[in-house]
Amino acid sequence: MLEAIKQPWPWYLAGALIGLTVPYLLLVGNKSFGISSSLRHLCAACIPANIKFFKYDWKKEAWNLFFVGGIALGAFLAAQFLSDPNPVVLAEPTAAYLAEKGITDTSSLMPSEIFSWDQLFTLRGLIFFVVGGFMVGFGTRYAGGCTSGHAIMGLSSLQWPSLIATCCFMAGGIAMTWLILPYLLTL
Amino acid sequence: MANSFQHTPTAQELADLKARELDAICVNESELVHPWWHNLKYAAWGILFGIVFVKAEIVSWFRIQEMFRFESFHMYGVIGTAVVVGLISVLLIKRTKAKTIYGEAIHIPNKEFNKGQIYGGLLFGLGWAITGACPGPLFAQMGAGFGVIIVTFVSAVAGTWVYGLLRDKLPH
Repeated sequence: MLEAIKQPWPWYLAGALIGLTVPYLLLVGNKSFGISSSLRHLCAACIPANIKFFKYDWKKEAWNLFFVGGIALGAFLAAQFLSDPNPVVLAEPTAAYLAEKGITDTSSLMPSEIFSWDQLFTLRGLIFFVVGGFMVGFGTRYAGGCTSGHAIMGLSSLQWPSLIATCCFMAGGIAMTWLILPYLLTL
Repeated sequence: MANSFQHTPTAQELADLKARELDAICVNESELVHPWWHNLKYAAWGILFGIVFVKAEIVSWFRIQEMFRFESFHMYGVIGTAVVVGLISVLLIKRTKAKTIYGEAIHIPNKEFNKGQIYGGLLFGLGWAITGACPGPLFAQMGAGFGVIIVTFVSAVAGTWVYGLLRDKLPH
């Protein structure tokens, strides 16, 4: 049993559990599913700096911070006790492309060639961590939601602005992956 | 039971709700006031969520590369299933006029269109492909022990803060 749990979980199981978050949050407390707002609540709680956008009672949204805290804890538990000792199995064309760019370490979920402390103070590290992270935080708030708020909650409740946002997420990601990332990876 | 936490919002509280609703889809619509430990319901679901994120490798940078390169079905399957399950759930909740466990009517706020969904959406997409993470997986990557992601996370908080600072000057 434990051995089966340690294997990578199939997409339909993960998708169903993530989808069930929508009714769970609505039924236990009238909350709409969304994660990027937690970043805003952190700003409102820690560094509001008298900015209108951060002047609200963040404690009313504390549920969201409990939720993301739970995500971090759950990920910790999964990595500690349920982790799969085998390397990540990549689609062959992806593996071949990444190997060409010098990325071959699939022993964990993130390639150590990029996501390690000694890469932080390189030009590539600066782009991957600081610029990339900034775009995620700025972009999701500007768009009014992320993959959870727009792509899952928004589409589930048939909101067309969320469909536009989701298409733009994909368009941005595809453009980066095909046009820019091939250069960034070899910096 | 249904009324034990009930309270009528004041004008100031309504103004506060308006502020929280700015550019956000997930706003606490509940007017009930609970002691803090009621939030453990959300932490518990978050724990399950974090386990799923790691075990289905949704937090993996590799899986995001595969998705954007159209070389694997995995992520499309995850997101597609989640949307279908969410869609059916919302439909059922609306049809049956289901109430929350505290007896409150369920309300799903409508999202208004603004140009931010295009500009912000594109920007987020660019960042998603680089970092391999949307905001949820950022928390999971840190929890799973990828320490350097703290830098990505702090940068994301900084990005949100700068957006708040510049909000009035940006096209919406």
